[in-house]
Amino acid sequence: MNQRIQGLGNRLAEVSRRDFIKWCSAAAVYLGLPAGMGEKIAEAATAPQRPPVLWLSAQECTGCGETLLRANHPTLETLILDVISLEYYETLNTGAGHQAEEARVEAMKKYEGQYILVVDGSIPVKDDGIYCKIGGKTALSLLEEMGSKAFATIAIGSCSSWGGVPSADPNPTGATPVHQIFKDKGIKTPVVNIPGCPPNPYNFLGTVLYFLTLKKLPELDAELRPKFAYGRLIHENCERRPHFDAGRFAKQFGDEGHRQGHCLYMLGCKGPETFNNCPAILFNDVGSGAWPVGTGHPCFGCSEKGVGFHAPLHSPARPIYVTPPTLYASVFPEQGKGASGTAAALAAGIAGAVIGAGAAMAKNLGKSSEDGGEEK
Amino acid sequence: MDLKRRDFLKMAAGSGALLAAGSHPALAAPRKELPPNAVGILYDATLCIGCQSCMVNCKTFNSVEGGALYPQKEGIPYEFPRPDQRFWDRPVDLSSNTLNVIKAFKTGTGVNKDSETDGYSFVKRHCMHCIDPACVSACPVSALKKHPDTGVVTYSKDACIGCRYCQIACPYNIPKFEWDEALPQIRKCQLCNHRYAEGKYAACCEFCPTGASIFGKVTDLQAEAKRRLSLKEGTYQAYPLQTVDSKHTIPTRVARYLDHVYGLAEGGGTQYLLMSGVPFSSLGLPDLPEEAAAAVSEGIQHTLYKGMIAPAVLLAGLVFSAYRSTKNGDE
Amino acid sequence: MSHHETKAIGGRLLTTTFMAAVALLIVMAVLLAKRFGMGLGAVTNMNDGYAWGLWIAYDVLVGTAFACGGFAMALLVYIFNKGQYHPLVRPAILTSVFGYTLAGVSIFFDIGRYWQFYNIVLPWHINFNSVMAEVALCILAYVVVLWIEFTPALAEGLGQKDTAGKLNKVMFFFIGLGVLLPTMHQSSLGTLMVIAGPKLSPLWQTNLLPVLFLISAITMGYSIVVFESLLGSSAFKRPLETKMLEKLSGVIPWLLIVYLVVRFGEILMNGKLGYVFSFDLKGNMFLLENLLYIVPAVLLFPKEKRSNPGTLFLAAFLILIAGSMYRFDTYLVGFDPGPGWRYFPSASEILITLGVISVEVIGYLIFVKKFPVLPKLGHA
Repeated sequence: MNQRIQGLGNRLAEVSRRDFIKWCSAAAVYLGLPAGMGEKIAEAATAPQRPPVLWLSAQECTGCGETLLRANHPTLETLILDVISLEYYETLNTGAGHQAEEARVEAMKKYEGQYILVVDGSIPVKDDGIYCKIGGKTALSLLEEMGSKAFATIAIGSCSSWGGVPSADPNPTGATPVHQIFKDKGIKTPVVNIPGCPPNPYNFLGTVLYFLTLKKLPELDAELRPKFAYGRLIHENCERRPHFDAGRFAKQFGDEGHRQGHCLYMLGCKGPETFNNCPAILFNDVGSGAWPVGTGHPCFGCSEKGVGFHAPLHSPARPIYVTPPTLYASVFPEQGKGASGTAAALAAGIAGAVIGAGAAMAKNLGKSSEDGGEEK
Repeated sequence: MDLKRRDFLKMAAGSGALLAAGSHPALAAPRKELPPNAVGILYDATLCIGCQSCMVNCKTFNSVEGGALYPQKEGIPYEFPRPDQRFWDRPVDLSSNTLNVIKAFKTGTGVNKDSETDGYSFVKRHCMHCIDPACVSACPVSALKKHPDTGVVTYSKDACIGCRYCQIACPYNIPKFEWDEALPQIRKCQLCNHRYAEGKYAACCEFCPTGASIFGKVTDLQAEAKRRLSLKEGTYQAYPLQTVDSKHTIPTRVARYLDHVYGLAEGGGTQYLLMSGVPFSSLGLPDLPEEAAAAVSEGIQHTLYKGMIAPAVLLAGLVFSAYRSTKNGDE
Repeated sequence: MSHHETKAIGGRLLTTTFMAAVALLIVMAVLLAKRFGMGLGAVTNMNDGYAWGLWIAYDVLVGTAFACGGFAMALLVYIFNKGQYHPLVRPAILTSVFGYTLAGVSIFFDIGRYWQFYNIVLPWHINFNSVMAEVALCILAYVVVLWIEFTPALAEGLGQKDTAGKLNKVMFFFIGLGVLLPTMHQSSLGTLMVIAGPKLSPLWQTNLLPVLFLISAITMGYSIVVFESLLGSSAFKRPLETKMLEKLSGVIPWLLIVYLVVRFGEILMNGKLGYVFSFDLKGNMFLLENLLYIVPAVLLFPKEKRSNPGTLFLAAFLILIAGSMYRFDTYLVGFDPGPGWRYFPSASEILITLGVISVEVIGYLIFVKKFPVLPKLGHA
């Protein structure tokens, strides 16, 4: 084992400083930070005091952990060996059982108020949360314990962000997201949600790097998701959007439109109601063939509360527009031309002339009759 | 004053009778019935996502021979063509280049779909194919006709003289004139009647991805509209796609409907029916009386000119009077 | 048709008025070339909401109403057998000929597919439900009838006394027709707007539109006779025909009263008073329009006032303005295709209308100077 770690260390050492700064700069761009921030990210990522991280797994499938293995910049090993100090994560713990639990308690004591808590999986609350236990403790009590002492909490995956698969009707375990439990228990620790099933690893890594660099959490939306990742609908950046705009739809799997790569809306694509950056950063750094829409399957809205695992798979999406874009015709558009200066002047001139001439004429004729200018 | 005052007093009294006659409802022609195989469209604004697929495909499929936009100088008539790039289109309303338009209504922050408060809704506007169309009644040369079987209101440029009375008459401002053409014509939706022979139907329905527009027999559409009004809000129900009798249905969440189907009664009824979550007046659909304006107008004309009897009698009287007075004058 | 003698008044043709009219005619010709070359949108402000503009409202509606002198006088002279007004008939017919012919011609400027206009007379094309079909056919027929009625004057002017005499023998038929046709189409010009339904403001929209249009056309017919006689006498330095005009104008106030009773009766009966006093553009235009009807009715009602040519002229003038306003209001001001639509005639549109009027002026000047239209002086 030692040898393996040594080998890993050597491999990492082969990464030149230039390359390292390069990925830091790329990360800065990805996070929407100024280019100069790349240096700062590099500094933060190489600081001797790495931030401690505790990872709690509740009702989950480890898909969120798996997704991190697919990251290349930084890779998972860079993250956990160089960037953070992963104190506790059941999937990667070297120890097990009481040993592991002791390490968790020790770390919590040592880094109280400083560690970052990552949670994957939803928390069952029904029947006092007996449906998920670790070391004899319910996930609910563990979250309460660990969450109250954390500096910040990152809820990774749809389950911990809004319930995910376990919360699908009829939600037998009472699966509840982290932020909801914090709210119910009065825990003030800030929560960042990184929904997705699984989420894109870079949305998680980006959040961590942002925190390391700026010592604060990125800007969040109303659903507590970082705006840099969840600010736009999938539909807005979708590679198939031009087909949607041109009214070209795949109507059935395998039909002409489907083979032509037309829009998948009619097959139930949830892109128009799902906030995520899938079409922008794609998956696994292998091009567009690796994300659902790219493979020819409609987006099913895995990261969106009330859509993934809730709406029927092939029912049409209800598009979300904050407001309809202004390019739509309004119901009562302004049309036609009003009076131009010339036309108004002309009309007024004619009206004036007619009235003036009429009045003058009437006056003259009136006079002529007084003068006795009568008919023969 | 040589005319007897008494005559004029009689006239004044007669004007009272005129008033009574003019306001009498019996003056209107009888209400017209739906043609036997009337076809039409049901548009459900709560299903519409504003993708404008119908607009694009309306232009595409009406620019072919026989279509309502055919012939054109070059290809598809875009609203703001640029000589180098005939691609983008942004109609502000219906026009002689756009026979079908998706419009957006929004109030307040415009966030909630199909809501009157801080909401928005789309609406698809094109010819309503009235049961008693004002344009058909108005057209002096029968360029606009209502098909006796399908009830589709069609236009023939070979008959049209370009008087634009149809534009004045139509309560929905549907017929559009080519103002910038030296040899202009009227353009209007003809419900893709050129596609029926090949078993096709309105392009706007065929290419609607959500089933917001469905084509079919008007009686079926009326039944479907009533069925939708009876569905429970929030449940997922099967909605037909493309045509009202389609086997292809999609599960769709039932929205909150306004308890009114536009076109069942308005202006004598239309073959284009609309459903919505917001009042139709805010979608630009006029609040029309049940009696078609065409029926009123025709009622007046038919009362005055029935069999040309009244004018013939009047003419006889006038000619006789004129004969008498010119003869007297000659003597 | 020879109660009295008529005579060409002669005199210099190329007066300042004449030359000004010719200038306007040239402007119109240039603008019309643009209209026929580039389409209606190139010169007019008409649009898909306001499909009819100044040309229909003025050239056709007001133009033919101004040309109702012939109709109104024929009604009085031949139908109610008041031969004493005969001297006023021929000049009235002349303005009618010009008014209607030009209205007919200017329709060709306005309609889009003018080269197919003949469809209106092809029985398999005519739509007998269409008010427009009736109006078009009636006006077409009436223009022909008017020219026939005017032919004796033309024939006499060209020295063809025989033709004139022969034609006069069958003239009674055309006179009858010449009363029937305007009765039909002047009322139908009102019916035209019934089908616009709610697009026309309730202040003007009524099933009585044909009645109101007919009565107001007749009042305008008498007024134009009075107006032209006084204007002509003044312009050509001829003695005023006040006696005859005074008697003639006795008809007018009664007609105005009938009109106003029907107009306001309809408003009251259908509870539209709220619209009248809404003090918006439409309400104010309604008030102004009807004030212009009430004032001449009051002016002309006392018999002694009618002997003053000034008062006569003013009353006739106001009635013409009122009738014009009523037509503009019904076709443009009261017409509202829906929110967002705007219309005001473009300068080119106005200039073309001025051109049409100038043609009328030119024609009138040529005819009264070269043909026997106006009563011969010295005749009692």
